[in-house]
Amino acid sequence: MRGGWRWHLSSLIPGSMIEETLMTFAIETQHAGEAGHCGPEIRSDVHVRIEPRERGGIDIELESRVKPYYGEAIRRQSEEVIEALGVQHAHVAIRDEGALPFVIAARIEAAARRAGLGQGTRVLPDQLSLPEPSPRDRMRRSRLYVPGSEPKYFINAALHGADGVILDLEDSVHASEKDAARLLVRNALRGVDFLQCERMVRINQLPLGLEDLEEIVPESPDLILIPKVESPRQIIDASQKIAEIKANYGVERPIWLMPILESALGIEKAYELATASPEIAALTIGLEDYTADLGIVKTATGAESLFARQRVVNATHAAGVQAIDSVFGDVGDMDGLRAWALNSRAMGFEGMGCVHPTQIAVIHQAFAPTPAEIEKAQRIVAAFHEAQQKGLGVVSLGSKMIDAPVVQRALKLMARAQAMGLLA
Amino acid sequence: MAVLEKTELVLNAAGRKVPEVVNGRAQVPYKGVGKYHPRGSKAAPPIRSAADYPESGDKRVADLETALRRCGLRDGMVISSHHHLRDGDRVALMALEAASRIGVKNLTWFPSASFPSQRGAIELMASGVIDHIEGSMNGPLGDYCTQGKMRGMGVLRSHGGRWQAIQDGEVHIDVAVIAAPAADSFGNCDGSHGKSACGSLGFALADSIYADQVIAVTDSLVPFPCVPWQIQGNNVDYVVEVDSIGDPAKIVSGTTQITRSPDRLRIAEFVARFLRDAGIMRNGFSFQAGAGGIALAFVSYLKQMMKETGVKARFVRGGSTKYLVELLEEGLTDYILDGQTFDLDGVRSMADNPRHVATSPFTSYNYHGKGNFASLVDAVVLGATEVDVNFNANVVTHSDGRLLHGIGGWQNCLAAGCTILAVPSFRDRIPVIVDQVTTLCGPGELIDVVVTERGIAINPLRPDLMDAVRGSKLPIRPLQEIKQEVERICGGRPQRPKLGDRPVAIVKWIDGTVLDSVWQIA
Repeated sequence: MRGGWRWHLSSLIPGSMIEETLMTFAIETQHAGEAGHCGPEIRSDVHVRIEPRERGGIDIELESRVKPYYGEAIRRQSEEVIEALGVQHAHVAIRDEGALPFVIAARIEAAARRAGLGQGTRVLPDQLSLPEPSPRDRMRRSRLYVPGSEPKYFINAALHGADGVILDLEDSVHASEKDAARLLVRNALRGVDFLQCERMVRINQLPLGLEDLEEIVPESPDLILIPKVESPRQIIDASQKIAEIKANYGVERPIWLMPILESALGIEKAYELATASPEIAALTIGLEDYTADLGIVKTATGAESLFARQRVVNATHAAGVQAIDSVFGDVGDMDGLRAWALNSRAMGFEGMGCVHPTQIAVIHQAFAPTPAEIEKAQRIVAAFHEAQQKGLGVVSLGSKMIDAPVVQRALKLMARAQAMGLLA
Repeated sequence: MAVLEKTELVLNAAGRKVPEVVNGRAQVPYKGVGKYHPRGSKAAPPIRSAADYPESGDKRVADLETALRRCGLRDGMVISSHHHLRDGDRVALMALEAASRIGVKNLTWFPSASFPSQRGAIELMASGVIDHIEGSMNGPLGDYCTQGKMRGMGVLRSHGGRWQAIQDGEVHIDVAVIAAPAADSFGNCDGSHGKSACGSLGFALADSIYADQVIAVTDSLVPFPCVPWQIQGNNVDYVVEVDSIGDPAKIVSGTTQITRSPDRLRIAEFVARFLRDAGIMRNGFSFQAGAGGIALAFVSYLKQMMKETGVKARFVRGGSTKYLVELLEEGLTDYILDGQTFDLDGVRSMADNPRHVATSPFTSYNYHGKGNFASLVDAVVLGATEVDVNFNANVVTHSDGRLLHGIGGWQNCLAAGCTILAVPSFRDRIPVIVDQVTTLCGPGELIDVVVTERGIAINPLRPDLMDAVRGSKLPIRPLQEIKQEVERICGGRPQRPKLGDRPVAIVKWIDGTVLDSVWQIA
């Protein structure tokens, strides 16, 4: 292993077709391709321009902000990736702004593909050891959105303690950058340690999202968010595609789905959507698009979306999956966020989205059971155990009878309190 | 001084190669913390008689050039300036350009710090007006020095070290030029009033006391008396009135801004929690932090924790900002002891609030005094460009050897009860935690805690701190472990920078000994 990285090749196209495909591309579609970003304001990214040529081998022109420290490593890595992509003759201009190796690899691959080179080949960084598979009903209080085209946010995203990190390929990525962002996210799933966070990816609206799945699914994300869902067919299509890719690549870990309902029609079909696939772990709601669909203004209190949110909560509970609320977009308004999150929890949501890491602690605090709730749950469970020991069919606490669902709710609350470190 | 001569190098007690002679003056290599105890008397300025000055007290002259001529400025002299006007300062260059017009050469410019706006000094070095700079060099001047273009050798000192060098006679100031936001014709100067108000003038105090000749330059001449007289007119020879001493927009910022970077906020929160959980944050405690994004956020988090627990500080040390002023005005500290003000709130507070006290490097930092305030501070939060696995730290050069920052009060602050470096574990792709620092500015035995976004490392020399936070939820980790994690992320250890074998500047320790050399970039 050189420079701490090893490159793994993976084929996008069945073996017998590769050679023929490469030849076709070589003849028809070679032109300069570029990917990534550079400039004084850019951090942790790199711009790569690959200009194919008839002969002369590979000529790399490297400028890097970190050249005194990693210049040799960047050059070596670039040569390895270019060679792995099967590029034999090209001028390669690299302007590096301190990009990490997984970013450099993704940008070179994107530039090569845009130049009509390297088609059919993935050049993958080392796979870090995967975390434990994500349980379907794991705690999902917070999910932090990270733009899929901004690698500077990837590396420390997990440090802030969200339950999930969403590498976003949809709204935060410009249409012209979808192909490159896909490769960045793919490499991040292999090469970035997301610690205890559930590794989520928001794909694009179908059918473009199906192309995202080709790159993403082989790298075993824990959960995929499907945006703008209005029909069970969309979920089934995505689910079938995922199953197909998993089978091709031998992925055995579960990949859960979280459809996003973002329109009036989607909300109307909430229950149908929640039950469209056994892989669905949760439904969530996208209020920016929902309010736009209705032609109304999204407010800080959310009064205008009360029905939609209640509908999602009801449908998910009926379907036995989690209800996850939208994001609170005003990063500077922590009081507003706290009020929103407390209201979300009271309505029956189990979590919500974050657009900035500073929102995470506030959300976790709001979704945490209160000391009074924990104490009450403990008393209910104790009464339940006491009744069990005495062989009583009826559980009572003081003068009140306790139904089985109440005991279940108390047990669930205690489990959540334990998971949050609020209860030993 | 002549073009940099060849000099013998010796290994000092920190194992660093340093020159024995710098700019013709013999040097004492660093001997270890608290190991060097020079004897003798302090330097003193010449005796003057009031009879030689106007009875009216009016010391005004037509312009700076006239003042410099009357001071007898000639080749090879030392001319000093202060940096309270920071990047907005116009006076230092004005004086150096006036010296150029007079035709003098080979001056030593002795600023308390230099700033990028003073890049015009490069031309004056190229033309031979300035031989070398003794003072922190930022930005383009730092680059010029590390490229080996400066004729003499740079000398970097801390704020306290600068006072020590002046009072011990290591540097004799021939002419001090003091930019004064307010002054009277007698030469009393104040920094807290006037259109170019900057707060304190503490960095110029030693210059005013020890220099042979002192010129006050002001754009706000007030009738006698100018109060408070942070600089006493009794030490001033000439007063020059100019249209502008600086660009107010660059002297202080409107309001200093807390970082929005989630990683830096996380570091700041860790620092505040460390002080709370280690029991350092308690009634009557004291702390110092700078004006960087992390430091401001730290103060904000600490303030919240102080309010939650009902804790009040006895004093906090500036540089002051809006956030320290809020602590004072909300009764969360009794005093701000302030060496410099960073924003308009700080300037206003110093002018109006008697509990916001201007200090000087003598009271705060001077190591060759009968104690100083720095060792009375319970905790200090500092930055660094690099820290090594033995907690030694660098604050002046980047890992590639380029000189880009000043020392400021950084070295002096290491005397605090708990010294905390608050640093990201890597910048861009460059690890901050390294095997060996490029330039040694602070010995590891004085650095107690390194806080990064990936965890907090406590110096093994401080088991008391380790015990104090045992059982807290803070991510306490060995420094080596954080280093290894970062190197894995960055794709292996970085290459060692290729440095030349010629020293272009030295880093002085607070006692005047030579701690390390800055090398010409290969």
